[in-house]
Amino acid sequence: MNKKKKKKISYGRYGYFFIAPFFITYLVFQLWPLINTFYYSTLTYYKRNGREFVDFAGIKNFLNILGMTAGERGYVLSYLKNTLIMWGFNFVPQILVSLLLAVWLTDEKVKVKGTGAMKVIVYLPSVITAASVSVLFKSLFSQYGPITQTLKDWGILSSNFDFMSSVAGSRGLISGILWWMWFGNTTLLLISGVLGIDPGLFEAADIDGATGWKKFRYITLPLLKPIMLYTLVTSAIGGLQMYDIPALFNVPETGLVGLPDDKTTTMAMYIMRLYNSDVGKAAAVSVVLFVITLIVSLILFATMGDSEDRRMKREQRQRRKAGGRL
Amino acid sequence: MSKAKDSYSKSLLHQRIFRMVICIFFCLIALLPFVLLVMNATRDSESIKAGVSLIPSTHLIENWKNLMIKQNGMQITLQKAILNSATITIPGTFLAVYFSALTAYGIHVYDFKFKKFAWAFIMAVMMVPSQISIIGFYRFMLDLKLIDTYIPLIIPTIAAPTVVFFMKQYMESTLSLEMIEAARIDGSKEWHTFNRIILPIMKPAVATQAIFQFIAQWNNLFTPTILLTTDSKKTLPMFVQLLSSNQFRTDYGVVYVGLFVTIIPLVVVYLVLSKYIVAGVALGGVKG
Repeated sequence: MNKKKKKKISYGRYGYFFIAPFFITYLVFQLWPLINTFYYSTLTYYKRNGREFVDFAGIKNFLNILGMTAGERGYVLSYLKNTLIMWGFNFVPQILVSLLLAVWLTDEKVKVKGTGAMKVIVYLPSVITAASVSVLFKSLFSQYGPITQTLKDWGILSSNFDFMSSVAGSRGLISGILWWMWFGNTTLLLISGVLGIDPGLFEAADIDGATGWKKFRYITLPLLKPIMLYTLVTSAIGGLQMYDIPALFNVPETGLVGLPDDKTTTMAMYIMRLYNSDVGKAAAVSVVLFVITLIVSLILFATMGDSEDRRMKREQRQRRKAGGRL
Repeated sequence: MSKAKDSYSKSLLHQRIFRMVICIFFCLIALLPFVLLVMNATRDSESIKAGVSLIPSTHLIENWKNLMIKQNGMQITLQKAILNSATITIPGTFLAVYFSALTAYGIHVYDFKFKKFAWAFIMAVMMVPSQISIIGFYRFMLDLKLIDTYIPLIIPTIAAPTVVFFMKQYMESTLSLEMIEAARIDGSKEWHTFNRIILPIMKPAVATQAIFQFIAQWNNLFTPTILLTTDSKKTLPMFVQLLSSNQFRTDYGVVYVGLFVTIIPLVVVYLVLSKYIVAGVALGGVKG
């Protein structure tokens, strides 16, 4: 026993060797840039006679992007709003449709045929390059695009309607594209969640004569809560970084502005617009994005830990009660 | 009794038909844009403008030729963009998968002081998107004079926290420490054990993660846009961006044919490996 332990310790150094490439790379290419991003957000860069000068700016960059100084527009808040709106209108229908499909495709009683093929088909859009998807939808829905034309021919759209000059139209289409790309992914995640539920629970419910809806409401839904929360948070974090689709969808060639009227510009597009011209400001936007991402992740851990905590406390209470009665 | 049973199975049948219709509807929605893409790639600009059609036309080759002529004037061609993307993505995928397996193995098998900390660190940074540190990254690469090279797109893939996470999950369910012990007794060196014995066992996990890494890196637009400045070095997603520029805007058939070619590699990869991909997504869900 003792000998074995000694042996294990002597191999321990290999652990360091094996994890070293990862950690060195991470520290150099991720952590160090992250720290520097925070640092840059307190600096102001300006050019004079072609040379770059740097000054300490304190929180001026943050005040600038939040529109709290004279002559600066608080882009960050309106871009955050754009991002959240477009993400939200994609996520709500996404989780609803995915839940429906996940429950139906796993139902043992009312078996749907061809579930294997269906899974492959609904996941296909999330594999395809977002840039290609964005340009494809843009071509289909542009002013002279075939879908717009057909909708007009059918009398669904008025003859002078243009998705690209309508705020609701553009945002709606971007949300629609995101929904189309990701509902299959969420469906597969939820299917694995449903399959992870103890089938005995459903059998017991069947014996008690529970209806399909009741089984869904009182077994599937509560037990899917953790995985739905996970989906929500990963989707929200991904959504906050939203770039490819809006950046290629409705922007003029002159600059990265989400038309119409700057209403489809996202946070990541703002960073892209600034990274070369105003490092301090771009870094400040990144820091804001970082803080929001952190808050979102913390909410996840808090709610997950919380529900776990509550469950344990409840069990303890019940045990105590049972003990008291005994 | 049998009547009741009859009506029960009848309602079950109705249920099934109803659900099938809805499920097929969503499958059609998932497929429709691809179908329109392919159909429009075979049509000329005038008929594309006229509206949606599910009947293929005869202009595919003509559109393709026009695309080839139009891109001649540009610094980057579709073929070059695909080659560039492959040059970045193939080594990037290899590095991500190999070093993630190595890291996961190091944490899983060996006992050392910072083992717990290392794992906690990887879990903590898993959710941090790389876009957030992009400004620091860009300035750093500027200092190192690595802007407009592929190095900053390839080397950092060595540190892929999510891949490490999945590799470790897989190891926990498949790797027995006795096996490694046995290899040691047989005189196998630690590196040798990992490369010759462990990696082959890890094949299913390595393959799945390689596919996901390949897709993610192939589709990346944000980082290459910041790092690459020379036109001839641009990647496929950046080429797609050009397809939506004024140069092509009026030539609808050419745009669709270009888009069609950009998605072919991924669709082929997906259809060949869909079994593993679909299973891999589900795995991620349970473990995540």
